[in-house]
Amino acid sequence: MNKREREVLFDPLLNNNPIALQVLGICSALAVTTKLSVSVVMSLAVIFVLVGSNVAVSAIRKGLPPSIRIIVELTIIASLVIIADQILKAFVYDIWKQLTVFVGLIITNCIIMGRAEAFAIQNPVKLSFLDAVGNAAGYSMILLVVAFFRELLGTGRLFGFTVLTPVTEGGWYQPNGLMVLSPAAFLLIGCFIWVLRWRKPDQVEEEFHAGHLLEPHETALLR
Amino acid sequence: MQTEALKTVGFAAAVCVVCSIFVAGSAVSLRDRQEENRVLDLRSKVLLVSDLADPGEALAREAINQRFEENLTAMVIDLETGESTDIDPLTFDQRAATQDPDQSEVAPANSAKVSRVPDNALIYQKVTDGEVERLILPIQGYGLWSTLYGFIALSGDLETIQGITFYEHGETAGLGGEVDNPRWQALWPGRRAFDEGWNPEIEVIKGAAGPVASDPYRVDGLAGATLTSRGVTNLLHFWLGENGFGPYLERYRAERGIS
Repeated sequence: MNKREREVLFDPLLNNNPIALQVLGICSALAVTTKLSVSVVMSLAVIFVLVGSNVAVSAIRKGLPPSIRIIVELTIIASLVIIADQILKAFVYDIWKQLTVFVGLIITNCIIMGRAEAFAIQNPVKLSFLDAVGNAAGYSMILLVVAFFRELLGTGRLFGFTVLTPVTEGGWYQPNGLMVLSPAAFLLIGCFIWVLRWRKPDQVEEEFHAGHLLEPHETALLR
Repeated sequence: MQTEALKTVGFAAAVCVVCSIFVAGSAVSLRDRQEENRVLDLRSKVLLVSDLADPGEALAREAINQRFEENLTAMVIDLETGESTDIDPLTFDQRAATQDPDQSEVAPANSAKVSRVPDNALIYQKVTDGEVERLILPIQGYGLWSTLYGFIALSGDLETIQGITFYEHGETAGLGGEVDNPRWQALWPGRRAFDEGWNPEIEVIKGAAGPVASDPYRVDGLAGATLTSRGVTNLLHFWLGENGFGPYLERYRAERGIS
Protein backbone atom coordinates (compact mmCIF):
# COMPACT_ATOMS: atom_id res chain seq x y z
CA MET A 1 0.00 0.00 0.00
CA ASN A 2 1.62 3.27 -1.05
CA LYS A 3 1.42 6.59 0.73
CA ARG A 4 -1.51 7.91 -1.27
CA GLU A 5 -3.54 4.77 -0.56
CA ARG A 6 -2.80 4.97 3.14
CA GLU A 7 -3.87 8.60 3.19
CA VAL A 8 -7.11 7.83 1.41
CA LEU A 9 -7.90 5.01 3.81
CA PHE A 10 -6.90 6.50 7.15
CA ASP A 11 -7.41 10.25 6.77
CA PRO A 12 -11.21 10.06 7.12
CA LEU A 13 -10.83 8.49 10.57
CA LEU A 14 -9.48 11.50 12.42
CA ASN A 15 -7.83 14.01 10.09
CA ASN A 16 -10.77 14.42 7.74
CA ASN A 17 -13.68 12.75 9.50
CA PRO A 18 -16.90 13.01 7.50
CA ILE A 19 -18.98 13.91 10.56
CA ALA A 20 -16.50 15.84 12.70
CA LEU A 21 -14.76 17.88 10.00
CA GLN A 22 -16.88 17.66 6.86
CA VAL A 23 -20.03 17.76 9.04
CA LEU A 24 -21.90 15.35 6.74
CA GLY A 25 -24.40 12.69 7.75
CA ILE A 26 -25.41 14.39 10.99
CA CYS A 27 -29.11 13.53 10.73
CA SER A 28 -28.67 9.77 10.96
CA ALA A 29 -26.04 10.20 13.66
CA LEU A 30 -28.77 11.79 15.80
CA ALA A 31 -31.43 9.22 15.04
CA VAL A 32 -29.77 5.82 15.35
CA THR A 33 -27.43 6.32 18.28
CA THR A 34 -29.70 5.54 21.24
CA LYS A 35 -28.56 1.91 21.30
CA LEU A 36 -25.20 0.40 20.42
CA SER A 37 -26.64 -2.68 18.71
CA VAL A 38 -28.68 -0.50 16.37
CA SER A 39 -25.67 1.73 15.66
CA VAL A 40 -23.52 -1.27 14.78
CA VAL A 41 -26.04 -2.52 12.26
CA MET A 42 -26.50 0.98 10.84
CA SER A 43 -22.72 1.30 10.49
CA LEU A 44 -22.54 -2.00 8.62
CA ALA A 45 -25.34 -0.89 6.31
CA VAL A 46 -23.55 2.40 5.58
CA ILE A 47 -20.25 0.59 4.96
CA PHE A 48 -22.03 -1.74 2.54
CA VAL A 49 -23.78 1.06 0.65
CA LEU A 50 -20.78 3.42 0.56
CA VAL A 51 -18.33 0.77 -0.62
CA GLY A 52 -20.81 -0.48 -3.21
CA SER A 53 -21.61 2.96 -4.57
CA ASN A 54 -18.01 4.18 -4.65
CA VAL A 55 -16.82 1.06 -6.46
CA ALA A 56 -19.73 1.08 -8.92
CA VAL A 57 -19.45 4.79 -9.69
CA SER A 58 -15.72 4.54 -10.10
CA ALA A 59 -16.04 1.53 -12.39
CA ILE A 60 -18.39 3.29 -14.80
CA ARG A 61 -16.84 6.75 -14.48
CA LYS A 62 -15.22 6.76 -17.95
CA GLY A 63 -18.41 5.94 -19.86
CA LEU A 64 -20.70 8.00 -17.63
CA PRO A 65 -22.31 10.86 -19.60
CA PRO A 66 -21.84 14.02 -17.48
CA SER A 67 -25.40 15.22 -18.12
CA ILE A 68 -26.99 12.30 -16.23
CA ARG A 69 -24.17 11.85 -13.71
CA ILE A 70 -26.11 12.69 -10.55
CA ILE A 71 -29.20 10.67 -11.36
CA VAL A 72 -27.10 7.61 -12.22
CA GLU A 73 -25.27 7.90 -8.90
CA LEU A 74 -28.59 8.23 -7.13
CA THR A 75 -30.01 5.17 -8.88
CA ILE A 76 -27.02 3.08 -7.82
CA ILE A 77 -27.19 4.33 -4.23
CA ALA A 78 -30.94 3.81 -3.98
CA SER A 79 -30.63 0.25 -5.31
CA LEU A 80 -27.92 -0.58 -2.78
CA VAL A 81 -30.00 0.87 0.04
CA ILE A 82 -33.00 -1.26 -0.92
CA ILE A 83 -30.80 -4.35 -1.04
CA ALA A 84 -29.33 -3.52 2.38
CA ASP A 85 -32.83 -3.09 3.79
CA GLN A 86 -33.97 -6.43 2.33
CA ILE A 87 -30.95 -8.23 3.78
CA LEU A 88 -31.53 -6.76 7.24
CA LYS A 89 -35.20 -7.72 7.07
CA ALA A 90 -34.25 -11.29 6.22
CA PHE A 91 -31.50 -11.78 8.78
CA VAL A 92 -31.86 -9.40 11.74
CA TYR A 93 -35.60 -8.83 11.86
CA ASP A 94 -35.73 -7.27 15.33
CA ILE A 95 -33.15 -4.64 14.52
CA TRP A 96 -34.63 -4.11 11.06
CA LYS A 97 -37.91 -3.13 12.71
CA GLN A 98 -36.19 -0.28 14.52
CA LEU A 99 -33.89 0.72 11.69
CA THR A 100 -35.87 0.43 8.49
CA VAL A 101 -36.91 4.10 8.46
CA PHE A 102 -33.31 5.21 8.84
CA VAL A 103 -31.89 2.66 6.42
CA GLY A 104 -34.15 4.20 3.80
CA LEU A 105 -32.66 7.56 4.68
CA ILE A 106 -29.13 6.35 3.85
CA ILE A 107 -30.08 7.41 0.32
CA THR A 108 -30.03 11.01 1.49
CA ASN A 109 -26.96 10.57 3.68
CA CYS A 110 -24.67 13.27 2.33
CA ILE A 111 -21.59 11.12 2.90
CA ILE A 112 -22.56 8.59 0.21
CA MET A 113 -23.41 11.11 -2.49
CA GLY A 114 -20.55 13.33 -1.36
CA ARG A 115 -17.92 10.61 -1.75
CA ALA A 116 -19.30 9.52 -5.13
CA GLU A 117 -19.21 13.08 -6.45
CA ALA A 118 -16.01 14.23 -4.80
CA PHE A 119 -13.90 11.12 -5.13
CA ALA A 120 -15.15 8.04 -6.94
CA ILE A 121 -16.06 9.88 -10.13
CA GLN A 122 -12.44 10.85 -10.77
CA ASN A 123 -10.40 8.07 -9.17
CA PRO A 124 -9.68 4.45 -10.02
CA VAL A 125 -11.64 1.61 -8.45
CA LYS A 126 -9.05 0.53 -5.89
CA LEU A 127 -8.57 4.04 -4.48
CA SER A 128 -12.32 4.63 -4.45
CA PHE A 129 -12.78 1.40 -2.54
CA LEU A 130 -10.26 2.50 0.10
CA ASP A 131 -11.85 5.94 0.26
CA ALA A 132 -15.23 4.34 0.89
CA VAL A 133 -13.91 2.04 3.60
CA GLY A 134 -12.11 4.95 5.29
CA ASN A 135 -15.06 7.31 5.21
CA ALA A 136 -17.57 4.66 6.28
CA ALA A 137 -15.26 3.70 9.13
CA GLY A 138 -14.92 7.36 10.14
CA TYR A 139 -18.70 7.69 10.17
CA SER A 140 -19.13 4.42 12.06
CA MET A 141 -16.55 5.42 14.65
CA ILE A 142 -18.48 8.56 15.60
CA LEU A 143 -21.76 6.64 15.57
CA LEU A 144 -20.37 4.05 17.96
CA VAL A 145 -18.75 6.59 20.28
CA VAL A 146 -21.97 8.60 20.50
CA ALA A 147 -24.10 5.47 20.92
CA PHE A 148 -21.78 4.18 23.64
CA PHE A 149 -22.32 7.26 25.78
CA ARG A 150 -26.02 7.64 24.97
CA GLU A 151 -26.90 4.05 25.80
CA LEU A 152 -24.68 3.95 28.89
CA LEU A 153 -25.79 7.28 30.38
CA GLY A 154 -29.36 7.18 29.08
CA THR A 155 -30.33 3.65 30.12
CA GLY A 156 -27.36 2.29 32.08
CA ARG A 157 -26.89 -0.50 29.54
CA LEU A 158 -24.43 -1.47 26.82
CA PHE A 159 -25.61 -3.70 23.97
CA GLY A 160 -28.74 -4.22 26.08
CA PHE A 161 -26.82 -5.62 29.07
CA THR A 162 -27.15 -3.70 32.31
CA VAL A 163 -23.87 -2.08 33.31
CA LEU A 164 -25.04 0.64 35.67
CA THR A 165 -28.09 -0.72 37.51
CA PRO A 166 -30.78 1.98 37.30
CA VAL A 167 -32.77 3.13 40.33
CA THR A 168 -35.94 1.72 38.76
CA GLU A 169 -34.44 -1.76 38.92
CA GLY A 170 -33.18 -1.42 42.45
CA GLY A 171 -29.74 -0.03 41.67
CA TRP A 172 -28.08 3.31 42.24
CA TYR A 173 -27.88 4.85 38.77
CA GLN A 174 -30.38 7.55 37.82
CA PRO A 175 -30.62 7.32 34.00
CA ASN A 176 -30.19 10.63 32.23
CA GLY A 177 -33.35 11.19 30.17
CA LEU A 178 -31.68 13.83 28.01
CA MET A 179 -29.30 11.21 26.63
CA VAL A 180 -32.05 9.26 24.88
CA LEU A 181 -33.28 12.37 23.09
CA SER A 182 -31.73 13.61 19.85
CA PRO A 183 -30.14 16.79 21.25
CA ALA A 184 -27.79 14.61 23.32
CA ALA A 185 -26.17 13.41 20.10
CA PHE A 186 -25.53 17.05 19.17
CA LEU A 187 -23.83 17.64 22.51
CA LEU A 188 -21.72 14.49 22.21
CA ILE A 189 -20.70 15.17 18.61
CA GLY A 190 -19.84 18.71 19.75
CA CYS A 191 -17.64 17.30 22.51
CA PHE A 192 -16.02 14.89 20.04
CA ILE A 193 -15.19 17.73 17.66
CA TRP A 194 -13.88 19.78 20.58
CA VAL A 195 -11.50 17.01 21.73
CA LEU A 196 -10.43 16.36 18.13
CA ARG A 197 -9.61 20.02 17.49
CA TRP A 198 -7.82 20.34 20.78
CA ARG A 199 -5.54 17.43 19.76
CA LYS A 200 -5.32 18.58 16.14
CA PRO A 201 -5.39 22.39 16.15
CA ASP A 202 -5.04 22.61 12.35
CA GLN A 203 -8.73 21.58 12.06
CA VAL A 204 -9.82 24.78 13.74
CA GLU A 205 -11.44 27.16 11.27
CA GLU A 206 -10.04 30.66 11.10
CA GLU A 207 -11.71 33.05 13.49
CA PHE A 208 -14.29 35.13 11.73
CA HIS A 209 -15.23 38.61 12.83
CA ALA A 210 -17.86 40.86 11.39
CA GLY A 211 -15.06 43.40 11.28
CA HIS A 212 -13.35 41.46 8.47
CA LEU A 213 -16.05 42.58 6.08
CA LEU A 214 -15.42 46.22 6.82
CA GLU A 215 -12.79 48.62 5.65
CA PRO A 216 -10.21 49.45 8.35
CA HIS A 217 -11.57 52.95 8.98
CA GLU A 218 -15.10 51.54 9.40
CA THR A 219 -14.20 49.17 12.25
CA ALA A 220 -14.42 52.13 14.59
CA LEU A 221 -18.17 52.07 13.97
CA LEU A 222 -18.43 48.71 15.69
CA ARG A 223 -17.19 50.03 18.99
CA MET B 1 -24.97 15.31 -31.14
CA GLN B 2 -27.38 12.60 -32.20
CA THR B 3 -25.02 9.78 -31.23
CA GLU B 4 -24.19 11.57 -27.98
CA ALA B 5 -27.87 11.66 -27.00
CA LEU B 6 -28.33 8.02 -27.98
CA LYS B 7 -25.35 7.05 -25.92
CA THR B 8 -26.77 8.85 -22.89
CA VAL B 9 -30.14 7.15 -23.23
CA GLY B 10 -28.45 3.79 -23.73
CA PHE B 11 -26.29 4.28 -20.66
CA ALA B 12 -29.26 5.26 -18.52
CA ALA B 13 -31.21 2.24 -19.72
CA ALA B 14 -28.31 -0.09 -18.97
CA VAL B 15 -27.93 1.31 -15.43
CA CYS B 16 -31.65 0.88 -14.80
CA VAL B 17 -31.67 -2.72 -16.04
CA VAL B 18 -28.65 -3.73 -13.97
CA CYS B 19 -29.95 -2.01 -10.82
CA SER B 20 -33.42 -3.47 -11.18
CA ILE B 21 -32.01 -6.98 -11.58
CA PHE B 22 -30.14 -6.61 -8.30
CA VAL B 23 -33.07 -5.07 -6.42
CA ALA B 24 -35.63 -7.53 -7.75
CA GLY B 25 -33.24 -10.41 -7.19
CA SER B 26 -32.67 -9.54 -3.55
CA ALA B 27 -36.36 -8.92 -2.88
CA VAL B 28 -37.48 -12.18 -4.46
CA SER B 29 -34.73 -14.39 -3.08
CA LEU B 30 -35.16 -13.12 0.48
CA ARG B 31 -38.96 -12.95 0.54
CA ASP B 32 -39.61 -16.35 2.11
CA ARG B 33 -37.16 -15.69 4.88
CA GLN B 34 -38.65 -12.26 5.58
CA GLU B 35 -42.18 -13.61 5.68
CA GLU B 36 -41.08 -16.34 8.05
CA ASN B 37 -39.42 -13.71 10.27
CA ARG B 38 -42.60 -11.65 10.37
CA VAL B 39 -44.72 -14.63 11.41
CA LEU B 40 -42.15 -15.75 13.98
CA ASP B 41 -41.98 -12.28 15.46
CA LEU B 42 -45.75 -12.14 15.82
CA ARG B 43 -45.90 -15.63 17.27
CA SER B 44 -43.18 -14.92 19.82
CA LYS B 45 -45.18 -11.90 21.04
CA VAL B 46 -48.29 -14.03 21.37
CA LEU B 47 -46.27 -16.59 23.33
CA LEU B 48 -45.06 -13.80 25.59
CA VAL B 49 -48.54 -12.62 26.58
CA SER B 50 -49.71 -16.24 26.90
CA ASP B 51 -47.00 -16.85 29.47
CA LEU B 52 -45.53 -19.56 27.26
CA ALA B 53 -42.22 -17.73 26.95
CA ASP B 54 -40.28 -15.51 29.34
CA PRO B 55 -39.38 -11.94 28.43
CA GLY B 56 -35.89 -11.84 26.98
CA GLU B 57 -35.90 -15.59 26.39
CA ALA B 58 -34.23 -16.25 23.04
CA LEU B 59 -36.14 -19.00 21.28
CA ALA B 60 -35.11 -20.82 18.15
CA ARG B 61 -37.64 -20.75 15.34
CA GLU B 62 -38.57 -24.41 15.84
CA ALA B 63 -39.24 -23.80 19.54
CA ILE B 64 -41.48 -20.82 18.77
CA ASN B 65 -43.52 -22.75 16.23
CA GLN B 66 -43.73 -25.83 18.42
CA ARG B 67 -44.91 -24.00 21.54
CA PHE B 68 -47.30 -21.94 19.48
CA GLU B 69 -48.92 -24.86 17.69
CA GLU B 70 -49.11 -27.08 20.76
CA ASN B 71 -50.70 -24.57 23.09
CA LEU B 72 -52.65 -22.03 21.12
CA THR B 73 -55.71 -22.09 18.92
CA ALA B 74 -56.02 -19.32 16.38
CA MET B 75 -59.44 -18.32 15.08
CA VAL B 76 -60.92 -15.58 12.95
CA ILE B 77 -64.04 -14.00 14.40
CA ASP B 78 -66.64 -11.60 13.05
CA LEU B 79 -66.25 -8.42 15.09
CA GLU B 80 -69.79 -7.17 14.60
CA THR B 81 -71.64 -10.33 15.61
CA GLY B 82 -68.90 -11.91 17.71
CA GLU B 83 -69.35 -15.24 15.92
CA SER B 84 -66.43 -17.29 14.81
CA THR B 85 -65.99 -17.66 11.06
CA ASP B 86 -64.50 -20.37 8.89
CA ILE B 87 -61.74 -18.11 7.51
CA ASP B 88 -58.36 -19.84 7.68
CA PRO B 89 -56.33 -18.10 10.42
CA LEU B 90 -53.11 -19.04 8.66
CA THR B 91 -53.88 -16.95 5.59
CA PHE B 92 -55.90 -14.16 7.22
CA ASP B 93 -53.98 -10.90 7.38
CA GLN B 94 -55.80 -8.56 9.72
CA ARG B 95 -53.75 -5.51 8.83
CA ALA B 96 -54.31 -5.97 5.12
CA ALA B 97 -58.02 -6.51 5.82
CA THR B 98 -58.13 -3.27 7.82
CA GLN B 99 -56.92 -1.35 4.76
CA ASP B 100 -59.26 -3.14 2.34
CA PRO B 101 -62.59 -1.26 1.93
CA ASP B 102 -64.33 -4.58 1.15
CA GLN B 103 -63.24 -6.12 4.44
CA SER B 104 -63.43 -3.16 6.79
CA GLU B 105 -65.50 -0.17 7.79
CA VAL B 106 -64.75 3.37 8.83
CA ALA B 107 -64.46 3.42 12.60
CA PRO B 108 -66.81 5.61 14.64
CA ALA B 109 -65.10 8.65 16.17
CA ASN B 110 -62.77 7.45 18.93
CA SER B 111 -59.93 8.82 20.99
CA ALA B 112 -57.59 5.96 20.03
CA LYS B 113 -57.51 7.40 16.49
CA VAL B 114 -58.45 4.04 15.02
CA SER B 115 -59.57 5.00 11.51
CA ARG B 116 -60.84 1.68 10.16
CA VAL B 117 -62.16 -1.44 11.84
CA PRO B 118 -61.85 -4.76 10.01
CA ASP B 119 -64.95 -6.94 9.68
CA ASN B 120 -63.02 -9.89 11.06
CA ALA B 121 -60.25 -10.23 13.61
CA LEU B 122 -57.66 -12.90 14.33
CA ILE B 123 -57.64 -13.96 17.99
CA TYR B 124 -55.93 -16.70 19.95
CA GLN B 125 -57.07 -18.94 22.76
CA LYS B 126 -54.87 -20.88 25.13
CA VAL B 127 -56.95 -23.93 25.93
CA THR B 128 -56.12 -26.29 28.79
CA ASP B 129 -58.30 -29.35 29.42
CA GLY B 130 -61.09 -27.97 27.26
CA GLU B 131 -61.25 -24.72 29.19
CA VAL B 132 -60.09 -21.41 27.74
CA GLU B 133 -57.33 -20.35 30.08
CA ARG B 134 -56.34 -17.25 28.23
CA LEU B 135 -57.85 -15.12 25.51
CA ILE B 136 -55.39 -13.14 23.37
CA LEU B 137 -56.79 -10.21 21.43
CA PRO B 138 -54.98 -7.96 18.95
CA ILE B 139 -54.98 -4.25 19.80
CA GLN B 140 -53.82 -1.16 17.97
CA GLY B 141 -54.07 2.58 18.36
CA TYR B 142 -52.24 5.85 18.29
CA GLY B 143 -49.66 6.88 20.88
CA LEU B 144 -47.65 10.04 20.42
CA TRP B 145 -45.92 9.57 17.05
CA SER B 146 -47.10 6.27 15.79
CA THR B 147 -49.64 3.50 15.77
CA LEU B 148 -48.90 0.86 18.38
CA TYR B 149 -49.71 -2.73 17.44
CA GLY B 150 -49.88 -5.37 20.11
CA PHE B 151 -51.80 -7.99 22.02
CA ILE B 152 -53.64 -8.12 25.30
CA ALA B 153 -54.20 -11.38 27.14
CA LEU B 154 -57.27 -11.81 29.34
CA SER B 155 -57.92 -14.63 31.76
CA GLY B 156 -60.45 -17.24 30.65
CA ASP B 157 -63.13 -15.77 32.94
CA LEU B 158 -62.32 -12.27 31.59
CA GLU B 159 -61.85 -11.09 35.18
CA THR B 160 -58.24 -10.04 34.88
CA ILE B 161 -55.63 -8.96 32.41
CA GLN B 162 -52.83 -11.51 32.07
CA GLY B 163 -50.40 -9.59 29.93
CA ILE B 164 -49.85 -6.90 27.34
CA THR B 165 -47.24 -6.52 24.64
CA PHE B 166 -46.58 -4.44 21.56
CA TYR B 167 -44.86 -5.80 18.49
CA GLU B 168 -44.65 -2.65 16.46
CA HIS B 169 -44.54 1.04 17.30
CA GLY B 170 -42.48 4.13 16.61
CA GLU B 171 -42.53 5.80 20.01
CA THR B 172 -39.44 7.55 21.39
CA ALA B 173 -36.89 5.05 22.69
CA GLY B 174 -36.52 5.42 26.46
CA LEU B 175 -39.79 7.33 26.90
CA GLY B 176 -42.87 6.04 25.06
CA GLY B 177 -40.73 3.18 23.80
CA GLU B 178 -40.75 1.87 27.36
CA VAL B 179 -44.03 0.10 26.48
CA ASP B 180 -41.55 -2.63 25.51
CA ASN B 181 -39.99 -2.66 28.98
CA PRO B 182 -40.69 -6.05 30.62
CA ARG B 183 -40.84 -4.34 34.00
CA TRP B 184 -43.70 -2.12 32.91
CA GLN B 185 -45.45 -5.01 31.22
CA ALA B 186 -45.07 -6.98 34.46
CA LEU B 187 -47.33 -4.41 36.19
CA TRP B 188 -50.33 -5.58 34.15
CA PRO B 189 -51.06 -9.18 35.13
CA GLY B 190 -53.84 -9.35 37.70
CA ARG B 191 -55.31 -5.92 36.96
CA ARG B 192 -58.96 -5.75 35.99
CA ALA B 193 -59.98 -4.63 32.53
CA PHE B 194 -63.74 -4.31 33.12
CA ASP B 195 -66.03 -2.81 35.76
CA GLU B 196 -69.15 -4.64 37.04
CA GLY B 197 -71.11 -3.73 33.91
CA TRP B 198 -68.35 -5.14 31.68
CA ASN B 199 -67.33 -1.71 30.45
CA PRO B 200 -63.59 -1.13 29.93
CA GLU B 201 -62.29 0.51 33.07
CA ILE B 202 -58.54 -0.07 33.00
CA GLU B 203 -56.47 3.10 32.86
CA VAL B 204 -52.80 3.97 32.53
CA ILE B 205 -52.45 6.89 34.91
CA LYS B 206 -49.86 9.58 35.34
CA GLY B 207 -47.52 8.53 38.14
CA ALA B 208 -47.58 5.30 40.09
CA ALA B 209 -50.61 3.11 40.75
CA GLY B 210 -51.12 1.03 43.87
CA PRO B 211 -50.68 -2.73 44.19
CA VAL B 212 -52.94 -5.04 42.20
CA ALA B 213 -55.20 -5.92 45.15
CA SER B 214 -56.09 -2.38 46.21
CA ASP B 215 -55.86 -0.53 42.90
CA PRO B 216 -56.95 -3.03 40.24
CA TYR B 217 -58.13 -0.64 37.54
CA ARG B 218 -55.02 1.49 37.23
CA VAL B 219 -51.49 0.94 35.90
CA ASP B 220 -48.37 3.09 36.36
CA GLY B 221 -47.85 5.67 33.64
CA LEU B 222 -44.69 5.70 31.56
CA ALA B 223 -42.43 8.41 32.95
CA GLY B 224 -42.03 11.24 30.47
CA ALA B 225 -44.53 9.73 28.05
CA THR B 226 -47.96 10.98 29.11
CA LEU B 227 -49.33 10.87 25.57
CA THR B 228 -48.17 7.32 24.89
CA SER B 229 -49.67 6.27 28.26
CA ARG B 230 -52.94 7.93 27.37
CA GLY B 231 -52.78 6.27 23.94
CA VAL B 232 -52.54 2.84 25.57
CA THR B 233 -55.60 3.62 27.71
CA ASN B 234 -57.54 4.85 24.68
CA LEU B 235 -56.72 1.88 22.49
CA LEU B 236 -57.67 -0.59 25.23
CA HIS B 237 -60.98 1.19 25.78
CA PHE B 238 -61.66 1.08 22.06
CA TRP B 239 -60.82 -2.59 21.48
CA LEU B 240 -62.38 -3.90 24.68
CA GLY B 241 -65.45 -1.73 24.10
CA GLU B 242 -68.54 -2.08 21.93
CA ASN B 243 -66.85 -1.06 18.68
CA GLY B 244 -64.01 -3.53 19.14
CA PHE B 245 -64.32 -6.93 20.73
CA GLY B 246 -67.42 -6.01 22.77
CA PRO B 247 -69.85 -8.25 20.80
CA TYR B 248 -67.42 -11.16 20.82
CA LEU B 249 -66.80 -10.85 24.57
CA GLU B 250 -70.54 -10.63 25.23
CA ARG B 251 -71.12 -13.83 23.27
CA TYR B 252 -68.15 -15.44 25.02
CA ARG B 253 -69.61 -14.62 28.44
CA ALA B 254 -73.08 -15.80 27.45
CA GLU B 255 -71.73 -19.15 26.21
CA ARG B 256 -69.95 -19.72 29.48
CA GLY B 257 -72.55 -18.23 31.78
CA ILE B 258 -70.21 -15.54 33.07
CA SER B 259 -72.11 -12.58 34.45
